[in-house]
Amino acid sequence: MGRTLPAWHDPPVSSPLVLGIETSCDETGVGLVRGHELLADAVASSVDEHARFGGVVPEVASRAHLEAMVPTVERACATAGVRLDDVDAIAVTAGPGLAGALLVGVAAAKSLALGLGKPLYGVNHLAAHVAVDQLEHGALPDPCLALLVSGGHSSLLRVADVTTSVEPLGSTIDDAAGEAFDKVARLLGLPFPGGPHIDRAARSGSSVAIDFPRGLSSRRDLERHRFDFSFSGLKTAVARWVQAREDSGEPVPVADVAASFQEAVCDVLSRKAVDAAVSQGIDDVLLGGGVAANSRLRVITEERATPHGIRVRVPRPGLCTDNGAMVAALGAEMVARGRAPSALDLPADSSMPVQQVSA
Amino acid sequence: MLLAFDTATSRVTVALHDGDRVVAAYDADEAMRHGEMLAPGIERVLAEAGATVADLDGVAVGVGPGPFTGLRVGLVTARMLALTRGLAVHGVCTLDVIAAEAAREGGDELTVVTDARRKEVYLASYGGGRRVWGPEVVRPEDARLHGRVVGRGGALYPDAFPGATGPEHPSAAVMAEVVQGGEVELLPAEPLYLRRPDAAEPGRPKRVS
Ligand SMILES: Nc1ncnc2c1ncn2[C@@H]1O[C@H](COP(=O)(O)OP(=O)(O)O)[C@@H](O)[C@H]1O
Ligand SMILES: [Mg+2]
Repeated sequence: MGRTLPAWHDPPVSSPLVLGIETSCDETGVGLVRGHELLADAVASSVDEHARFGGVVPEVASRAHLEAMVPTVERACATAGVRLDDVDAIAVTAGPGLAGALLVGVAAAKSLALGLGKPLYGVNHLAAHVAVDQLEHGALPDPCLALLVSGGHSSLLRVADVTTSVEPLGSTIDDAAGEAFDKVARLLGLPFPGGPHIDRAARSGSSVAIDFPRGLSSRRDLERHRFDFSFSGLKTAVARWVQAREDSGEPVPVADVAASFQEAVCDVLSRKAVDAAVSQGIDDVLLGGGVAANSRLRVITEERATPHGIRVRVPRPGLCTDNGAMVAALGAEMVARGRAPSALDLPADSSMPVQQVSA
Repeated sequence: MLLAFDTATSRVTVALHDGDRVVAAYDADEAMRHGEMLAPGIERVLAEAGATVADLDGVAVGVGPGPFTGLRVGLVTARMLALTRGLAVHGVCTLDVIAAEAAREGGDELTVVTDARRKEVYLASYGGGRRVWGPEVVRPEDARLHGRVVGRGGALYPDAFPGATGPEHPSAAVMAEVVQGGEVELLPAEPLYLRRPDAAEPGRPKRVS
């Protein structure tokens, strides 16, 4: 047991064709990339099946991954115009994520690697959210500061080498930013997942209508939690405000609540990201994860970064939310840098630490 | 060559059949590690037989019923392997494999019970060389029994299934033989879950105080 697949005996391939599989949550993603070039990004989502439950139901997601896997691989190959036999390596999200969901992708990837006789790379979902930007904006600056914000994570990372060195500077101490968007959307009667709906509703509202709290931003909190986030107090404040409105029989101004809430989240995220970059002497900030699709977050981060001479990179929205191309992008970088592949007994690790880029 | 495997019980079982006989087999009884054991197990039986994936012309996979997480590992592995090599995939009911092995050891009037967790068992009954009831998921005390009882459920619920004997888990070697011999019903490579996912629709958001 624990034998590795055929490794690279030849020098590292500089533009390898890599197939990436992502199943950490409710998206079955299969991407194909050649080096930094995106060839296909096929995603099948079970989000509609979860919507009425107000959140992702793990068993429903796992069942959907099994059914979607073969068609999604076929769709990716058709889009890219490549045959599976042409693929140089297989990459897969090994963690973190939902255990049963991850396992479907990991088993699928192993079977592909075995069937094709190609190496397997089990990689970290969070590092993949960072690596995906290479497909849009070319090689990552070294080092860069990544703000990773999604439904399950909110972290500030110092990335010196996305294949080996991802160091957390801070993270949320309670809810993830995307989780806050989803919960507030539910309070406002908006559909799941709430992020895009809040983003849209906020456009016709006022971001200064309601002064919602900025978590971990007081002088005292900053001493201990300079680069950490907290969104559960904000969520409760929004719930109280909405409830008070409802109790008084007045209509809830959805657009204003959405805009003011979104402002509170983006204010803290952008401030801390720029502060982290300045304090680390880093000139490039990268946004990643589903919440990086937020229109206000992009704008406010740039506004704050520019005066410091800091550049902001954000992948397009479709590459911010979970997808297979990001996994393929990280896999391609692992191959190009000659990193060792994973063994066939690679486990799925639902709580894979962010520092661990590959398994 | 036919590659057969089953991951629908706590065992991972893999076998390779060359058309005449089973030439390599691998069994691991490590509950909850199907995802880690299966691919190396396949690699191992191929190596043991001096074969490669290019020698395969079919895959047989246990489709349950069985615990979902392990079951999916087997199914997705079979489907992907088939996709890469252009192979046919045959699904086989996991309980049929246990029944086939038990029938060889004596008498084909029998009931197979395996662990369905949550104080329930998966059950199927056999007679005259075929499945006559099931598969279904039932509480042990409500099980309709036919002939002797075999399978892991016997050891787990001795009060409901006194005197249970025979194989507790499926054997991929037996699966490969009965598929090659045309002695078992072939099914689509679809999971037999027999239960809906657990999920509750949420009520209105809770009041904050
Ligand atoms: N435009 C947006 N504004 C704010 N949040 C968004 C936006 N688009 C998506 N999101 C949020 O991103 C999260 C999903 O992120 P993603 O990276 O796809 O998933 P995961 O957290 O499972 O890795 C959800 O919480 C969703 O509400
Ligand atoms: Mg994500």
